[in-house]
Amino acid sequence: MLKKTVAALAVGVIASSAANISGAGASFPAPVYFDWAYMYQKESGNKVNYQSIGSGGGIKQISARTVNFGASDKPLKPRKLDKKRLYQFPAVIGSIVAAYNIPGIKDGALKIENRDLADIFLGKIKHWDDKRIAEDNPGLKLPHKEIVVCHRADGSGTTFNFSYFLSHISEEWADNVGIGKALDWPTGLGGKGNEGVSSLIAQNPYSIGYVEYAYKKKNGFSAAVLQTKSGKWVEATEKNFKAAAKYAKWSPKEHFYQILALQPGDNSYPIVAATFILLPREKSEMNKEVVKFFDFAFNKGDEDARKLGYIPLPTETKSMIRDYWREHGIY
Amino acid sequence: MNRTMDILFHNITRFFALFVLIVLIALFFVLFSEAKPAIDAFGLQFVTNSKWAPNMDIFGGYPAIYGSIVSTVIAMIIATPVAVGIAIFLSELAPPWLAATVGMAIELLAAIPSIIYGMWGLFYLAPLLRDIWGGNGLGLATAGVVLSIMILPFMAAITRDAMKTTPSILKESAYGMGATRWEVLKDVVIPYVKSGIIGSIILALGRAIGETMAVTFVMGNAHKIPNSIFKPATSIPVTLANEFTEADTDLYYSSLFYLALILLIISFTVIAIAKFWFLRNLQEQKI
Repeated sequence: MLKKTVAALAVGVIASSAANISGAGASFPAPVYFDWAYMYQKESGNKVNYQSIGSGGGIKQISARTVNFGASDKPLKPRKLDKKRLYQFPAVIGSIVAAYNIPGIKDGALKIENRDLADIFLGKIKHWDDKRIAEDNPGLKLPHKEIVVCHRADGSGTTFNFSYFLSHISEEWADNVGIGKALDWPTGLGGKGNEGVSSLIAQNPYSIGYVEYAYKKKNGFSAAVLQTKSGKWVEATEKNFKAAAKYAKWSPKEHFYQILALQPGDNSYPIVAATFILLPREKSEMNKEVVKFFDFAFNKGDEDARKLGYIPLPTETKSMIRDYWREHGIY
Repeated sequence: MNRTMDILFHNITRFFALFVLIVLIALFFVLFSEAKPAIDAFGLQFVTNSKWAPNMDIFGGYPAIYGSIVSTVIAMIIATPVAVGIAIFLSELAPPWLAATVGMAIELLAAIPSIIYGMWGLFYLAPLLRDIWGGNGLGLATAGVVLSIMILPFMAAITRDAMKTTPSILKESAYGMGATRWEVLKDVVIPYVKSGIIGSIILALGRAIGETMAVTFVMGNAHKIPNSIFKPATSIPVTLANEFTEADTDLYYSSLFYLALILLIISFTVIAIAKFWFLRNLQEQKI
C-alpha cells in the first residue's frame, strides 16, 4: 500500500517536471485547442494550459511575455511583429456564419445577398419580409417581424473578420463603421463572446447574428446561404469552407499575414478566417516545446478539428509552416 | 505591560482606519493616472460625446453614463415605495410570526449573488417583458426592474430596522391621543425614521449604480442613447466588464479608466450630497 503511494507520488513528480506550456488568446479556436491539448497530454505527458480570453488579451499577454504562446484571430502585420519581436503562424481555419432564428425557416433555407446582410447589420433593412430579402427567397413565407440583430459586445477576432467582409461588400459599411475588433454598431443587441451571441440568437425569435461555425453546429442554429465573391449562392457547409481555404496564398516571409475573406472560386464561402499563434522570438527553448505541440496537432489533430467544425490547414501549408519553424531554429 | 498593549492596540487600529483612507486616495490616483491619456485627448467632451467606435479610436462616454444613471433611477423609483411598504408592514402591521418569516426571506434575498439575478433576468424576466412591452425585452427598463429587485431587500431590511427603533412611548402617546394607525405611521413613525430611509436609499443607490453582472445580462449592450427605455443600452460597469480584456490600443484602455473614474466620482458625489446635505437638514429639523 505504502509502496504504491510512493510510486504514485514519484510518477506525479516526474509528470510535473515535464514541460508545461501556457497559452492565451482567441476564443474562436478554443474548443479545438482544448481538444488538442488533451490529446497531447495523453501522448506526451506535457500539459498545455490554454486560456480563452479573446484575441486582444492574447496579443497583450504574449507582448508582456506572461504566457508561452498567444493566439489571435486577427493576424498581426509583419511590421508589428518585428516591433513586438514575435513569430506568427496559422493553426487552423474556421468560418463565420450568419445564424438566424426565424420560427418555421430551416437551416440553409434562407438566402441573403452579401449586400443585404451588410444593410441588415447597418439597420437599413428592418423587417424580415423586406422586398430585398423576399425577392431572393420566392418560396419562403417571410414574417413581417422586426429583425433583431445580435453582435459581439466585447472586442473580438470574429468581429474583425466579419467586419472585414462587410467592409469589402458595402461601401457604406466601410465608410461609417469600418473594420475592427470592436465597433460602433449601428443597431442591435450585444453579447459577450461567441457564447453570448449564441444565447441571444437562441433567446430572441426573428434574430440574426454572426458566430463561429463550431458554435452554430453546437447550438443547432440555422445558417443563411450567402454569396461568393462573384455573387454565386453558396451554402455554409464544410465543403464550401474548404473550397475557400484552398485559395489562401500564404507567405512565410510575411509571417503568414493573410485575411481569408472573399476568396475567388465558385464554391468559396465568403467568410473563412485563419486563427494564428504568436511566439516570443527570444525564447527559443520554450518555443521548441510549443512548436512540438502544434507539430503534434498538425500530425494527429485534423480529425478532431473537423469534428468540431474547423478546417484543418492543407498539407502544403503545414509543411510551409514547418519550414518557417526550421528557418527560425525552433523546430 | 498593560500600557504597551494599549499603545500597540491604539496604533494598530489607527493604522487600519487610515488604511481605508490610503486605499481611497491610491484608487483615485491610479484611476486618474491611467485615464490621463484619454482625459488629455477628449477632455470633458468625453462626457457628452455619444459615439463609441474603438476601431476608429473615437471614445465618448455619454451612452454609458446615461445608461448607468437612468437604469439606477428606474430601479429607485420602483424599489423605494415597495421597500417602505414592506418595512411598514413588517414593523407595524404584521403578526410576529409572519413578520419573522417574511423578514427572514428578505434577508435571504439579500444574500443571492448578483449573477443569479442576471440569469433570472435574461432567461425568465426578459422574455416575459418582451411579451408585455414588445421589443426584445433587453434594455434600460429590464435592467431597472432587475436592479430594483436586487436592492429591495437591502432597503426593506434597513428601513424595517430603523422603524423598530421608534420609541414605543411616542407611538403609544399618539394612540393615546386618539390617532389612527395611519396617522401614527404618517406623523410619528415615518418622520422619526426619515434618516434611516434615506440611508437605505443611499446604500441601495451605491449598489445599483455599480452593479455589473446582473445588468450585463439584461442591458442589451449597445453603445447608443436609446429613444425609449425598452431599447438596448449600456452602462459604465457593463462597458468595463465587456471590453476590458480586449482593449488593445492605449487610448481604448485609457478611455475605460476614464469611465471608471467617472463612475467613482458619481458614486462619491451621490454619497457626499446625501451625507452632508440631506442628513444635516434632517438633524436641523429635529432640533
